Amino acid sequence: MAGATAGIVRPKRPPPWNDPRVRGIIFQVLFVAAVLGIGAFLVHNTLVNLHRQNIATGFGFLGREAAFGIGESLIEYAPSDTYARAFLVGLTNTLYVAALGIVLATIVGTVMGLARLSGNWLVRKLAQVYVETFRNIPLALQLFFWWGLLRQGAPAPRQAWHLLPGVLVSNRGIVFPVPQPSPVYGWMGLALLIGVAATWAVRRWATQRQARTGAPFPTGWAGVALIAGLPLAVFAAAGAPLHLDMPELHGFNFSGGTSLSPEFGALLIGLVVYTGTFIAEIVRAGILAVSWGQSEAAMALGLSQGQRMRLIVLPQALRVIIPPMTSQYLNLTKNSSLAVIIGYPDLVSVANTTMNQTGQAIEGITLIMAVYLTISLTISASMNLYNRAVALVER
Amino acid sequence: MIKKLLGAALALAVAVGLGPPAEAGQTFDKVKQAGTISCGVQTGVAGFAQPDSQGHYSGFNVDICRAISAALFGNPDKVKFVPLTTQQRFTALQSGEVDLLSNNTTWSLQRDTELGFDFAPVVFYDGQGFMVAKKLNVKSAKELNGATICVQPGTTTELNLADYFRANKMEYKPVVIEKIDETVGAFFSGRCDAFTTDSSALASIRIGRASSPDDYVILPERISKEPLAPVVRHGDNQWKDAVTWIIFALMEAEERGITQKNVDDMLKSDDPNIKRMLGVTPGMGKALGVDEKWAYNAIKMVGNYGEIFDRNLGLGSPLKLERGYNNLWTKGGLIYAPPIR
Repeated sequence: MAGATAGIVRPKRPPPWNDPRVRGIIFQVLFVAAVLGIGAFLVHNTLVNLHRQNIATGFGFLGREAAFGIGESLIEYAPSDTYARAFLVGLTNTLYVAALGIVLATIVGTVMGLARLSGNWLVRKLAQVYVETFRNIPLALQLFFWWGLLRQGAPAPRQAWHLLPGVLVSNRGIVFPVPQPSPVYGWMGLALLIGVAATWAVRRWATQRQARTGAPFPTGWAGVALIAGLPLAVFAAAGAPLHLDMPELHGFNFSGGTSLSPEFGALLIGLVVYTGTFIAEIVRAGILAVSWGQSEAAMALGLSQGQRMRLIVLPQALRVIIPPMTSQYLNLTKNSSLAVIIGYPDLVSVANTTMNQTGQAIEGITLIMAVYLTISLTISASMNLYNRAVALVER
Repeated sequence: MIKKLLGAALALAVAVGLGPPAEAGQTFDKVKQAGTISCGVQTGVAGFAQPDSQGHYSGFNVDICRAISAALFGNPDKVKFVPLTTQQRFTALQSGEVDLLSNNTTWSLQRDTELGFDFAPVVFYDGQGFMVAKKLNVKSAKELNGATICVQPGTTTELNLADYFRANKMEYKPVVIEKIDETVGAFFSGRCDAFTTDSSALASIRIGRASSPDDYVILPERISKEPLAPVVRHGDNQWKDAVTWIIFALMEAEERGITQKNVDDMLKSDDPNIKRMLGVTPGMGKALGVDEKWAYNAIKMVGNYGEIFDRNLGLGSPLKLERGYNNLWTKGGLIYAPPIR
């Protein structure tokens, strides 16, 4: 036995410079060191050069007074606030237009994607014209087009179009009334949350019952009733306290109500219409990727057209649709930085002004890059989570 | 957008050491060696800097650069004009893309220090004003409460506007667009109630861009001091001295009555001041490190300060601006050159 052990021939270890494992480690260490070294050199050199040119450095400027105005803001802002606050205003404006844009582009894109597969010739061709037109014109041009249309097409504030009582359209944008704050709205919000939770519980119960007995339950309608009905019931129970803050023309402009500027409108329309074309193609491709046999099988089982789409086709199509959709959401968010050319105060616009007033371009660019990277990675991560949720579960 | 990204990239490039470092004499030597100046001007403001259909620039700021070229090289056309928006100008200068800015930049403490610049003498004393459509029937800037106002980003104008409305407890909504053409277009299409910038530029835009200038008025208030001066990078004193004294020579020439026409006769003048300035008595050119004919060439080829003003902005131009503060100190203005000796 002892002889057997001794008989195992251990491969002689090659000298370290010939050992692929050791060599691999050495190269990796060298590579990382080189990357870090170059990075450190660039940072150091930057600081030295900036210092030599007497250009201020550091993020200290963020605490100073911004002293410039911003046209539209979701949060309170005045020129006496700090640069950091101004950045925050720009960031919320970017997030606002991007979030709304993503939701609307998804709706437009899905509708158009389904329309391109419609049995109706006219609907199919109209959807095709939409996709081929707006997908092939540069976004910047489209933004100028929408902006010019909103700016030049609408009348001056004193001749504003009254669409509905309190809803006015002029070249300053669209103004509409908003309800004045009331404690009832807080309770309505609570009712909404309860409605969502109840819907989730109902869905769980319905799924289990269907698995057990096979009897379906109209979860969708129940959900709508709960989510919309509960807050409305609270509203009615509180005596429907609706006091609208009506916009009125005072001097130059409207006071009261709330407004959307032509710049915001043009940017949102531009982003939605442009990105919608890509989403339409993705949706169409996803649905076409599900083989016709699946639909035939569903029809053979007697499922209605809606059920076929909802239960058979879409769950499989989503697996194809979600990953490229993520890219489109990222594109839309990043394209929102084109706001500067039409003057919507997004993050880049505010950062540009800040960079020019303080002269600290490198810090400004760094902040912009960090913010877009964070937003993009967040979108990407949540889409990956969703993708995992809808992925085909293999049993 | 692309240009701005390029500008930012340039700033980064400079920062990481690819651009020219600003050491004493660096720009001056580079300019003399290259035989051309790179001069940053506006993208298009009638009277100050505007390209014609062939792309040749003309205007007040353009002539300042041409005078510097004439003084340095004996030829006014050794200038490369680089059009820059208000947002691009500072990175372009910091990064070395241009040797000087001659584009109505306001002299301010922060720009002089934190941005790493130096300012040449003020060539135009201006003040910020407001332009409105006549049909609004506004007589004073104090009546602009609640107005929507078009303004260019990254300017002192943008800050003065906020200050003025804060000080007077009024509200306003700024519309901030990068390119001046778009800003002006937005104003004339009625997107804004008022447009604000330096009053000289307002006059230029009213004449040059409005379909009928009489439909617009410039309000009487001047809400700020805007001393407009050429800008160079901090750190190259020789270059700054050259730019400074060439400009002073243009002003001094007007004061001494030396014009483009009579400068040759003036060479025979007995006045020792004129002889020194025109290089008949040598010394001044050597002190500056330039040709002794520097002032002679600038005056002969481009004209004195008054001639440059009248040709581009004054009574000899469509703008018809009054000299006002920009008259010689001897005539009640602020234009005053230290002695050239």
